[in-house]
Amino acid sequence: MCLAIPGKIVEMSPDHFDSALVEVVGVRRRIDLGLLSENPPKLGDWVLIHVGFAMSKISEEEALDQIRTLTMLGEQQAAMEEVCGYASDDLPDQVENARKGT
Amino acid sequence: MRFVDEFRDPGIITRTAEEIRRLAGATRHYRFMEVCGGHTHAIYRFGLKDLLPDNIELVHGPGCPVCVLPMGRIDDGLSMSLQPDTIFTAFGDMMRVPGANGTPLEYKARGADVRIVYSPTDALKLARQNPSKHVMFFAIGFETTAPSTALTLMRAKAEGLRNFSVFCNHVTIIPAMRAILDSPDMRIDAFIGPGHVSTVIGCRPYEWIARDQRKPIVCSGFEPLDILQSIVMLLRQMNEGRSVVENQYKRVVPWEGNRAALRAMSEVFQLRPYFEWRGLGFISQSALRIRDSFAEWDAERRFQVPGIRVTDPKAAQCGEVLKGVLKPAQCKLFGRECTPEHPVGALMVSSEGSCAAYHNYQFLKSSMVPEIHAAV
Repeated sequence: MCLAIPGKIVEMSPDHFDSALVEVVGVRRRIDLGLLSENPPKLGDWVLIHVGFAMSKISEEEALDQIRTLTMLGEQQAAMEEVCGYASDDLPDQVENARKGT
Repeated sequence: MRFVDEFRDPGIITRTAEEIRRLAGATRHYRFMEVCGGHTHAIYRFGLKDLLPDNIELVHGPGCPVCVLPMGRIDDGLSMSLQPDTIFTAFGDMMRVPGANGTPLEYKARGADVRIVYSPTDALKLARQNPSKHVMFFAIGFETTAPSTALTLMRAKAEGLRNFSVFCNHVTIIPAMRAILDSPDMRIDAFIGPGHVSTVIGCRPYEWIARDQRKPIVCSGFEPLDILQSIVMLLRQMNEGRSVVENQYKRVVPWEGNRAALRAMSEVFQLRPYFEWRGLGFISQSALRIRDSFAEWDAERRFQVPGIRVTDPKAAQCGEVLKGVLKPAQCKLFGRECTPEHPVGALMVSSEGSCAAYHNYQFLKSSMVPEIHAAV
């Protein structure tokens, strides 16, 4: 019901200032831009579409940032295992706390 | 970037799941509620439960607007389809939802003019194309959908289109979360917050949950990696003894929400004093009605609505499942009297309802069933 899908704006025209053509997996459809009047999207922007309306602009920057964070999640873990494997006994609490993620 | 594939990368999913295992440890049990039905659906569809350790339990929340709609409202809406020269329009999700006298599709089979629309503006278009008929739109949904209905009504008013009306069943998520938190048998540690509702209302309305109730909440996207990352964020908060609102779905959800959408909603709607939720009962100020200034487009005022109330069968334990006290398969009717084909209770009605999602994706792994019952 609250399903929303990303679509790319592929056509805007001055005749339809409150709507745009979007492409979703190769299919084009006209959507309403009325809910983005404060922050209107441009041609080529990605928007989240729900019941024929663009709800929100999708930030590529934030998306890439998220993927980066997630990718690092695993790398940090690998580094942590490496460090914990060094068997140095002088800072056991720190290693233990780091293991717990605190 | 298509904003889909990137969030389904198997390698990153595996590593994120490992991080979840590490953070969850083995010393305590975690109960997280995913508020939104879209999350429930995604969790089952992508088999995310199988990636989580046993000590993380996901409880399925009330965020499925089709499920929580009382059966009587469907009968009320369908009663208007029997008026002469009336076209009843609704989203596809509604078409198989039974009222006491049948589903919208069954009404269509009996001769009513029932049509599926994908957008409220499509219903408006039908009204323009059929000036001799009245087009009624059965509006349903949380804050995600309400602004679209509001804008459609503003357009109808601006055009002076008088053969169009809306039967408003929009509900708001915060009062439902409050009802769940106030329930004495509530046992939830933290929330996976709704993603698309939050594009409209933003993250601030959840602050009381973190501050007063000391429950962490993370507004989450719907791709597998979104949900897993939200679980990582919740576990970190809990392990560090913090409880704040965090926004995992930053690529879509602005912290302040969508002001244009909120303005449209407040221009067209006002809060109802109370509204009935299937499975949860009456919740005060939990639903929207159409303001007097739009009375001409309010189906409830234009038509005689019978105000039907249908009591849910006592044997159905939807309320307990909604509050996370019971798992879907623990309800006495689950998979027996109550199935997606013949739903008895609210949560079996829509594919986003937790019982239907469980039935469609989990229950069919028949080998799992003895395990589920053994765990009960």
